[in-house]
Amino acid sequence: MKKIYAIASAVALATAFSTTAQAGATLDSVKKKGFVQCGVSTGLAGFSSADDKGNWAGLDVDICRAVAAAVFGSADKVKYSPLTAKERFTALQSGEVDMLSRNTTWTLTRDTSLGLNFAGVNYYDGQGFLVAKDLGVKSALELDGASFCIQAGTTTELNLADYFRANKMSYTPITFDKSDETVKAFEAGRCDALTSDQSQLYALRIQLKDPGSAMVLPEVISKEPLGPVVAQGDDEWFNIVRWSLHAMLNAEELGVNSGNVAKMMESKDPNIRRLLGLEGIKGKGLGLQDGWAASIIKDVGNYSEAFERNVGMSSPLKIARGQNALWNKGGLQYAPPIR
Amino acid sequence: MADEQQQESTPAQAALWRRPAFRAVVFQALLVLALCMVGYYLFTNTLHNLEERGISTGFGFLSLEAGFGILQSLIEYSETHTYGRTFFVGLLNTILVSGLGIILATLIGFVMGVARLSRNWLIARIATVYIETFRNIPLLLQIMFWYFAVLQPLPRPKQSLSVGESFFLNNRGFYLPSPVLEEGFWLVMVAIAVAIVTVVVLARWAHRRQEATGQQFHTVYVSLGILIGLPLLAFLAMGMPLSWDYPALKGFNFKGGMVIIPELAALLMALSIYTGAFIAEAVRSGILAVSHGQTEAAYSLGLRPGVTLRLVIIPQALRVIIPQLTSQYLNLTKNSSLATAIGYPDLVAVFAGTTLNQTGQAVEVIAMTMAVYLTISLAISLFMNWYNKRKQLVER
Ligand SMILES: N[C@@H](CCC(=O)N[C@@H](CS)C(=O)NCC(=O)O)C(=O)O
Repeated sequence: MKKIYAIASAVALATAFSTTAQAGATLDSVKKKGFVQCGVSTGLAGFSSADDKGNWAGLDVDICRAVAAAVFGSADKVKYSPLTAKERFTALQSGEVDMLSRNTTWTLTRDTSLGLNFAGVNYYDGQGFLVAKDLGVKSALELDGASFCIQAGTTTELNLADYFRANKMSYTPITFDKSDETVKAFEAGRCDALTSDQSQLYALRIQLKDPGSAMVLPEVISKEPLGPVVAQGDDEWFNIVRWSLHAMLNAEELGVNSGNVAKMMESKDPNIRRLLGLEGIKGKGLGLQDGWAASIIKDVGNYSEAFERNVGMSSPLKIARGQNALWNKGGLQYAPPIR
Repeated sequence: MADEQQQESTPAQAALWRRPAFRAVVFQALLVLALCMVGYYLFTNTLHNLEERGISTGFGFLSLEAGFGILQSLIEYSETHTYGRTFFVGLLNTILVSGLGIILATLIGFVMGVARLSRNWLIARIATVYIETFRNIPLLLQIMFWYFAVLQPLPRPKQSLSVGESFFLNNRGFYLPSPVLEEGFWLVMVAIAVAIVTVVVLARWAHRRQEATGQQFHTVYVSLGILIGLPLLAFLAMGMPLSWDYPALKGFNFKGGMVIIPELAALLMALSIYTGAFIAEAVRSGILAVSHGQTEAAYSLGLRPGVTLRLVIIPQALRVIIPQLTSQYLNLTKNSSLATAIGYPDLVAVFAGTTLNQTGQAVEVIAMTMAVYLTISLAISLFMNWYNKRKQLVER
């Protein structure tokens, strides 16, 4: 599969008559298609995973849904492309997907040399280690000489190498394409530890036959700001994706949620009125209908609702808000104002 | 009449552009030119499009530091080496698994192909079941099966199965002592080379003598004697210049010695068993293509069945088998790229996988990878064609 994306991208690039993405081109084509094609993971509980009926859900999926709600007024107008870490960037470069919302870390290299733009951060993460409890290890610094199951084409591969080099320890990487195999190999004892972004460790742990047999070590060895990505060159589309995320954050900050959004339409608070498209610039700047943010809140909810539903305390992952709390609640999530 | 005359004289007098040979050349030249122009257009257009989209181009990335580790490398490699180096690491791993796979699959295929024609009911049945089963299960499933079938029952490093504290088997691989060559080992190398040359010369001489006089020579035993004896002599003469590096458990894993990782073992097993089944069928059809009269003639000359198979049947069957063998070898090499599913670091996993993803230079990386497979395929085809020609020519 990955080869197919890479080859498709090469062919597309070779044959296309100068196909510079122009501002507005993506929005137009999305509107014409009638749905947003969104690149997600092949299955990562809490972030993007499909149930047996093929319905996708998760924190990353909610970003795709928010964009669809903003564009079409309905969050269901999304089609999903499950992508492994290796496939994801070529899929976006070749126009296979309109956007990527697949626990993808924002780095300088990716931002500058892949022809992509990161539209924001929907989850602040960091790399951690999952080990079997009976290994008897309490800290990552005790892992000298250990072997690690990791996923190919991730920042994980690079961070692991950095961390062990910096601490003058040796390690053996065993690199898989899909998270399923990574977990299976870890369970079969092929490696001493599984390493990935911490949030994903919690998600992968519940896939184990006996989740209680493994634990996440305290160390966090990297910064992993995860966020939605679009192809470079279409600023209008970039803005739509970026502000869909910001709308969810602003809604949380202003106390607007899917339950009270109808009532909030009568609010006198100018901030809320601008968010809901009742006054101010409304949808004009983004080229969308005025109620774009209200649609997002109605169909998807605000950031806090999405977080709690998918990865928070009311989900199997039970992740605390931590760094992902709003800026005024001791976290890092901060969205520019809508005005 | 007049017409006929004219026609007869045309070849000499016809205008240049009317001559078929000339026209053929012109049209071919035009075609090549057109292809070049299309190629050039595609090339520049790609570059232009990549640039427009802000995607890096060029081969400069090959000299950048890779920054990621690789499970198995036949050459020295660490994360401080370059992306260019990862290409060679992956390439060698691909060659390793395909090379070993081709040897094993050929052995399995010949044994099973002959076995399927065996007059012993049980042996023929076993071979049939093997061939029909493994040919019909998708290779990827077989790879996964062997991988987890190999991993699951093996103990953790601390509970390794061991033989004499020097061989260890656990779910991280099969560890064995690695030889450390010491000063003076060069003489042993020289002895091995000399022994090989001697054996080749000897075999030719014996063959020629047998053809001329009918006298047989015990080539096999004498060759074995030379191949083992000569290096051994050199080894003893230099005071046994060889020591062993034994693997030992240090912390989580074994260090030192050599290791055969489970990924290699599983992939090799899957590839050779799968391809072996196809080769077995090729061998069977090859043997069946040799008419039964040949066997009867050989028997009536008093040749034993084993000798008949080796000297009469197989050489003729090979003419049918070799072309099919070639395509199976090509398949095996290409199929080895399924390695990425179980984490064996072949060219596709390392270079067209991680390196492509970290640099994002899909066009360059895929072009290099395709060039490699093309080269390997052409090399195998050329070699097999040469071998085929040789086999066809020795008719007497
Ligand atoms: N955030 C990192 C890692 C992302 C990643 O791919 N993580 C794995 C966790 S093992 C994953 O999500 N796998 C799911 C899949 O393959 O679909 C990156 O952007 O490179």
